[in-house]
Amino acid sequence: MVSLREVCGIIIFRWVPLIVLLCVSARAVDRSNFKTCEQSAFCKRQRELKPGRSPYRALLDTLELSDSRITLQLINDNNKVRLLLELYRLQGNMTRVKINELKPLKPRYEVPDVLISDPITETLSVVSQDENSLVLSLGGKDQRLIVSAQPFRLDIVEGPQVLVSLNSRGLLAFEHLRARKDTSISHKISSTVGSMWDSLKKEEDKPGMWEETFKSHTDSKPNGPSSISLDFSLPGVEHVYGIPEHADTLKLKNTDGSDPYRLYNLDVFQYELHNPMALYGAVPVLISHSTDRTMGIFWLNAAETWVDISSNTAGKMMFGKILDFVQVSSEAPQTDVRWISESGIIDVFIMLGPKPADVFTQYASLTGTQSFPPLTALAYHQCRWNYNDQEDVKSVDQGFDEHDIPYDFIWLDIEHADGKRYFTWDPSKFPQPKEMLQGLMDKRRKLVAIVDPHIRVDNGYKIHNEILSKNFYVKNKDGGDYEGWCWPGNSGYPDFTNPEMRAWWASKFAYEQYEGSMENQYVWNDMNEPSVFNGPEVTMHKDALHGGWEHRDVHNLYGLYVQKATADGLVERSGGVERPFVLTRAFFAGSQRYGAVWTGDNAAEWGHLKISIPMCLSLGLAGISFCGADVGGFFKHPSAELLVRWYQAGAYQPFFRAHAHIDTPRREPWLFGPENTALIREAIRQRYALLPYWYQLFYNAHRTGYPVVRPLWVEYPNDVATFSIEDEYLIGKDLLVHPVTDEGATAVTAYLPGKGEVWYDVHTFQKHDGEQSLYIPVTMSSIPVFQRGGSIICRKDRVRRSSSCMENDPYTLYAALNSQGSAEGELYIDDFHTFNFEKAKQFVHRHLSFSANTLSSRNLAPDSQFSTASWIEKIVIIGGSQPSSATLKNAESALEFEFDSTLAVLTLRKPGVNAAADWTVILR
Amino acid sequence: LLLILGTPVEIQRPRGVPLTSKKPFYEENKPFTCLDGSRTIPFDRVNDDYCDCKDGSDEPGTAACPNGSFHCTNAGYRPMFIPSSRINDGICDCCDTTDEYNSGAKCENTCKELGLKERDVLQKMAEITKEGFLLKQQLIEEAKKGREEKQGKVTDMQENKKQLEEKVEALRTVKETAEQPEKEAKERHLKAWEEQKAAIRLEKDKAKMAEAFLELDDNADGFVSVSELQSHAELDPDADGTLTETEVQGLMGGAAQVDTSTFESVWTNIKDKYHSEVSREEEPAPVETPPEEVKEPVVDNDSEPFPEDDISEEEDEDEDDEDDYHEDDDKVRVYITQKTGASINFSDLSFDFGPDAEFTYLYSQCYELTTSEYIYRLCPFNRVSQKPKYGGSETNLGTWGSWSGPENNKYLVMKYEHGTGCWQGPNRSTTVKLTCGKETVVTSTSEPSRCEYLMEFTTPAVCQEPANMDLLPHGHEEL
Repeated sequence: MVSLREVCGIIIFRWVPLIVLLCVSARAVDRSNFKTCEQSAFCKRQRELKPGRSPYRALLDTLELSDSRITLQLINDNNKVRLLLELYRLQGNMTRVKINELKPLKPRYEVPDVLISDPITETLSVVSQDENSLVLSLGGKDQRLIVSAQPFRLDIVEGPQVLVSLNSRGLLAFEHLRARKDTSISHKISSTVGSMWDSLKKEEDKPGMWEETFKSHTDSKPNGPSSISLDFSLPGVEHVYGIPEHADTLKLKNTDGSDPYRLYNLDVFQYELHNPMALYGAVPVLISHSTDRTMGIFWLNAAETWVDISSNTAGKMMFGKILDFVQVSSEAPQTDVRWISESGIIDVFIMLGPKPADVFTQYASLTGTQSFPPLTALAYHQCRWNYNDQEDVKSVDQGFDEHDIPYDFIWLDIEHADGKRYFTWDPSKFPQPKEMLQGLMDKRRKLVAIVDPHIRVDNGYKIHNEILSKNFYVKNKDGGDYEGWCWPGNSGYPDFTNPEMRAWWASKFAYEQYEGSMENQYVWNDMNEPSVFNGPEVTMHKDALHGGWEHRDVHNLYGLYVQKATADGLVERSGGVERPFVLTRAFFAGSQRYGAVWTGDNAAEWGHLKISIPMCLSLGLAGISFCGADVGGFFKHPSAELLVRWYQAGAYQPFFRAHAHIDTPRREPWLFGPENTALIREAIRQRYALLPYWYQLFYNAHRTGYPVVRPLWVEYPNDVATFSIEDEYLIGKDLLVHPVTDEGATAVTAYLPGKGEVWYDVHTFQKHDGEQSLYIPVTMSSIPVFQRGGSIICRKDRVRRSSSCMENDPYTLYAALNSQGSAEGELYIDDFHTFNFEKAKQFVHRHLSFSANTLSSRNLAPDSQFSTASWIEKIVIIGGSQPSSATLKNAESALEFEFDSTLAVLTLRKPGVNAAADWTVILR
Repeated sequence: LLLILGTPVEIQRPRGVPLTSKKPFYEENKPFTCLDGSRTIPFDRVNDDYCDCKDGSDEPGTAACPNGSFHCTNAGYRPMFIPSSRINDGICDCCDTTDEYNSGAKCENTCKELGLKERDVLQKMAEITKEGFLLKQQLIEEAKKGREEKQGKVTDMQENKKQLEEKVEALRTVKETAEQPEKEAKERHLKAWEEQKAAIRLEKDKAKMAEAFLELDDNADGFVSVSELQSHAELDPDADGTLTETEVQGLMGGAAQVDTSTFESVWTNIKDKYHSEVSREEEPAPVETPPEEVKEPVVDNDSEPFPEDDISEEEDEDEDDEDDYHEDDDKVRVYITQKTGASINFSDLSFDFGPDAEFTYLYSQCYELTTSEYIYRLCPFNRVSQKPKYGGSETNLGTWGSWSGPENNKYLVMKYEHGTGCWQGPNRSTTVKLTCGKETVVTSTSEPSRCEYLMEFTTPAVCQEPANMDLLPHGHEEL
């Protein structure tokens, strides 16, 4: 909930009249506030460099080989600057390539705290070596890493196939740190430069190397140029995905002739759809996919980054040693990717797949998996900027009960705090926060209060004074405390890159520190890009200082640290017992470990509803599963139809929260007439009934790193028809959802994947064959959802007013049979909110399978222990035949059943067994 | 009765079934037919925690059916139905605790307490309604009188007007006769008249200027600054819709700010275009004026609903000129209109002040409520406004729109619309909910949605005739 433009609205009334002049009303993003590649000096310099012969040469005689890595020096023949190349073979089929200056003038930034540990290395052995090449074994199926010396390039091959080539287009460019020269002369020379290499040879400066001005902001660049770039070619690849966050298609577009995709965490007011502009978060992970192989490239760099993507034909760039290895078809398609970052080093992880699941596992082994949220966080969230006061909170809470609509969380935005001083409460609007929280707790519900990282500069504010006295603020280039404008007016920004600062921040969430807080209160970190209303591109000056590092180096990491410190605080306040729940707007690789993200300040428009699907799918591919978009749209007022459709879509997205801008009319679910209230109620109830499935998927995501919601191609990697689909997706592998995202739609066309697969409409149990496009008439009552034949999904069909109220309720099993008449699924149960599942192995994990007319529940985790009151109340077998009897084997008792012969649905009445028990039902 | 018998009689009915209406359908040991008739099941499947009936009627006492409902008797209070999803959900819904029989929730029976409280509230409300209704009768009576008076006044005025016209006619005759021989005298007189007028005008202009200065000086620092003046868009010299800083500086003769002494030159530049921001209603209005004092309405010049011709400021000036036969014809005519000026108020005779004109007394009154930040002001049938408690300008939250209560009684809600515009939002508007009360008071204000205000207002004028008092619950308890 943010932005410069909005703030202007507020400033007009409250603060500086001068700023008013900047604030003409705008309907969409003001692009001029944000840089294009052309306006970002390093991007411009780098992009001017065109593919060609690389000036870099590997000095094979500098080769050093140890068990865990090899190192080599590279030399730029134009300027004789030497680089150090490190190559690692990592456990799990990954290769790490690091390139730094051999002797940098001062250390260059290497991103800390993103990798969960030092990756485990495997032996990299030399297979062969000649004067111009080095062949290393990556193990496995004839996988080789070929180092070509002149020009320098790296190729990873498997048998006769090139998987990926580095610097094959000669775009490795490493701006070495240098001493500043007399700038007045050097600027003049630069006008007629043919190529970058010529200019580098002369060691001349180009504009923007030592200072850069954008709008009224000057970046002092005391360290001069420091950007890096490297190209990757992917033969045989036509589809690449990932590098969130962009409001764009799932499949990444060719960026020839447009700007590259930009990764630079920014608070973009009223963002536009379908363009490569940077948004609130950045995960520098790109996934490539073809019917042959799925791979990933993880570019570990937290500075401003641009990614160019272009299509090419494989073979054009093949020469030298690798021709000994590979068969090249010049007709084969190829995708070229080029990464450009402003500072730091080249540190890239090539995840070699080969299957989608392997890439997820590989990436998770580096940056960790999705945190396992408390169940309640997967339920429905009701938010608005702002619920005005305690009375308002109470009446909205009552409204949900009066209209019999479940919800778990009510949210408070910035107005709840006393003068936007986070960790406090407005004394007149929220005089008794504990009373309010207790009221919610009595209903088994929760609250989220926002805590943003900008701190009001006010010597009457305890938090500010402590940060000041501990010297925890980010510094400006001159060493004073950095100050910028944000919601409270003049604000300081704590240096979250400092571990001491983070520990202190975490301690502020202790109940005795955060007055008025209680255990059913959770946290939301907004504005953590960080947003600085009067800063360049609405963010922090790049020459601001975080200890010894410039903001330039750490920018994309700031938001991750804010969420980490907050999540740590929530864990600590419970003595390490409770799982935290923290929502963040800014994020980076690894943010999945700390909670949920949302897609920021969208708008009540059909296009925004539509784009929420690829946006969250892209995030899932890059490790962040717990994603959602503001239901209803943040800006503007949705029509009743759009709102209903958004609830229906949101109910099937991982993070399900309605939110609205302060200037929009109220839109609680019951304000659009009884018919729409009923439709919204039904959508939310469908979410609650499916919570056991969501919970089990998050448990698995936490264990394996598999995304919770997946593009179709992830489960059907050989079905080319699925590769560009972004209007439908899978939840886990068993539910296919096709939200309705067009106004007035009376039908949708859904693609049901999988040859030989069958799909059942979950609303009607109607059966459809896979590998077909299906025309489905729709009404307002629901959106198309299909269960895969061959799956068993557990639901809780007794929907109550909050998920906590449903904890002990019985399960209904929906077994949808495949063409072989079998199905399988899982059931996961624990206490739904603590770490005991991990620390004390207190959980139930069952494998459910149906085959040969026998349905049984088997323990998947024999060494775990947990007792649940939940039992199995009903079993629905879809797509089977009518039995003559059904017996619960354990009790040797006959089960009553009903069979609907038109739909082939068998319902077994009340098996009554405990959900944690072993049991078998036999049909005859 | 049951107690008198002294034998504990257990009423046989399944859990969650109301005693009165549906009990007969649940007969123990007989097959149960779902209330929708869809199927019949053995009685032991009633409340067996499995949903057999599509309508949920087989599980009145469990949470098994998604669409079921549970009846709590709530002896001592009101019986009610709750959705069956609230049975054993760990939250106490029924005051008699019967919904939480198996959840471990610790519920206390609060029915007696609630019953007492409710009776108390009902009793108080009844009293208020009773007294309020009496007050309403008075209001109706007064409105009636006022109406008659006004009707009379109209007649008087019309009579008066006629007489004045006759007088003018007479004066004109005199004038015409006197004109020729007294031309010189007339000229002399005219000159004196003009001088006198100029003096008066000058004085008035000064007064206006002083008033304008105070208005313009928003921050009351004794200076009018460029930005303060800039808020008056009507002063835009080139009328291009924006009053730029340069234009303002032009008006101010290049000065950044002016004090009272130097303001005179600025005033000359702007007085023709200047619109007053606020009017005489700035004087503190009675927060609550008893109806009988409503003789001189607090006039609010911003009000549009009653197009009152402004009573010209020159009225006084001409008061004594009645016998001046040098008066020209126009002046005379103006004078006449002024004298009958009150007649424009008669437009309110046709205004909807309620079925019995019981809301008449609110007209031209203003009621205030002070919150921690703002002073809210409701001037019924006129406008709603908000002013920061500690300085700052007033914001219009809407001017009178219409009665907009529910169909059966539109007089329960007033709607004020087209207030000051909101940034990226609608124009401010206010909904005023009227409830019966002995006093006429604004009881609360809120802004549920940005720029959409809600005000609660009590007045005897909406008090309904109390129902027969005997119908009030006097401890009637269902067992």
